[in-house]
Amino acid sequence: MNGVHDMGGLQGYGPVHIEANEPLFHGEWERRALGLTVAMGASGLWNIDLARSARESLPPLDYVQGPYYAIWTKALQKLLIERGLITEQELAQGQAITPTLAGVRVLQAAQVDAALAKGSPVDRPSTQAPRFAVGQRVRALNLNPQGHTRLPRYVRGHVGTVVLHHGSHVLPDQHVNKMLPPFDGTAEHLYTVVFDGTELWGPQAEAGHQISVDAWESYLEAFST
Amino acid sequence: MPAEPGHLTSAHTDHTHPKEHPHDHDHAHSTLGEMDLRVRALETLLTQKGYLDPAAVDRIIETYEVHVGPHNGAKVVARAWADPAFRDWLLKDATAAIASMDYTGRQGEHMVAVPNTPETHNMVVCTLCSCYPWPVLGLPPVWYKSAAYRSRAVIEPRAVLADFGVTLPPGQSIRVWDSTAEVRYLVLPERPAGTEGWTQEQLATLVTRDAMIGTGLALNPKEVA
Repeated sequence: MNGVHDMGGLQGYGPVHIEANEPLFHGEWERRALGLTVAMGASGLWNIDLARSARESLPPLDYVQGPYYAIWTKALQKLLIERGLITEQELAQGQAITPTLAGVRVLQAAQVDAALAKGSPVDRPSTQAPRFAVGQRVRALNLNPQGHTRLPRYVRGHVGTVVLHHGSHVLPDQHVNKMLPPFDGTAEHLYTVVFDGTELWGPQAEAGHQISVDAWESYLEAFST
Repeated sequence: MPAEPGHLTSAHTDHTHPKEHPHDHDHAHSTLGEMDLRVRALETLLTQKGYLDPAAVDRIIETYEVHVGPHNGAKVVARAWADPAFRDWLLKDATAAIASMDYTGRQGEHMVAVPNTPETHNMVVCTLCSCYPWPVLGLPPVWYKSAAYRSRAVIEPRAVLADFGVTLPPGQSIRVWDSTAEVRYLVLPERPAGTEGWTQEQLATLVTRDAMIGTGLALNPKEVA
């Protein structure tokens, strides 16, 4: 989706505001928002790409205004409501009205350390040979899907060079196909592709500047001059 | 503490009519109040319905407030500076090398370390969201998730570095890594001069969070003396 979240190369957002001695959280609600988001993610009722998709498809002004933990919170509400764990009415009234869904996994305090230390690796074995090799020239395709994708607009149509091959990783574009598990875990080879600044930004590019993105195989085509 | 549903609703209505708040300050204030209520309502509701163990939320917060933060990454960098075999391992298989120090898991499942050299400076961004290597750096600062950083890092990284008070030597090229997949990047800064014979513990005091994102450099010995 060509959403406001896809910010690479936009202009007009002003200088980077760096807060001296920044606290980890700005207010108690941010602490709880982080904890809630991570804890409810452990329900397994959505995956990282569905969570990102929920954030990206918030009303654009909500996304741009932030703060970032507000984006997380609003997306979490959306994920919970979509799956019927809670309702709008319950949120507005602050109390349970509908029955609790059976079989939802609840992360217990004693399980937190192990869950965080384990994470959710997305590399998958592949029987497909990689189509591209390190050193090869490739073009990022001009793709504009309605749904979730991780190919930023600023590289689409541009030519770069494969510098790393990461093996096969779950493809975000398909990982969002189903709202509930079991999810579509289709995996593809993943590459780091580097672009020259001038290829992306033309004569305005800063001197001696290269940018890389991580791109799945179906985001790319071979390029030869 | 019980939620205040009436306020939640009215604050939300205000939020959609920013013209009623001519002063940015007032608007920011009401947004924060709104989020405070919204997050409390959400946590109360999820707990009531049996979907959430609030102690798990406490433990998640404690993990990132106390145990997991840039002090982890600093130890990785210091070891790489002091131990050439570890440096080689880190550059070849960062996931395994970092896991050997027990820094694993969520948002660091697939790690790549990128070394700064006199020829090339590395800098990391996530233009699409807030991807950041949690096991070694903890939670990202606000500026990392801001529109200003995400938009500009890929198009004018030297100007962004200037916001951080960093000027690279004119001949040093700059390489920006946009974290668009589940690979997380750790910048390995150059070891400062004048640190010969330092222990890893001493070296770690020179390694700042920003140096490991690439928006800063490692400190000079004089800066920590």
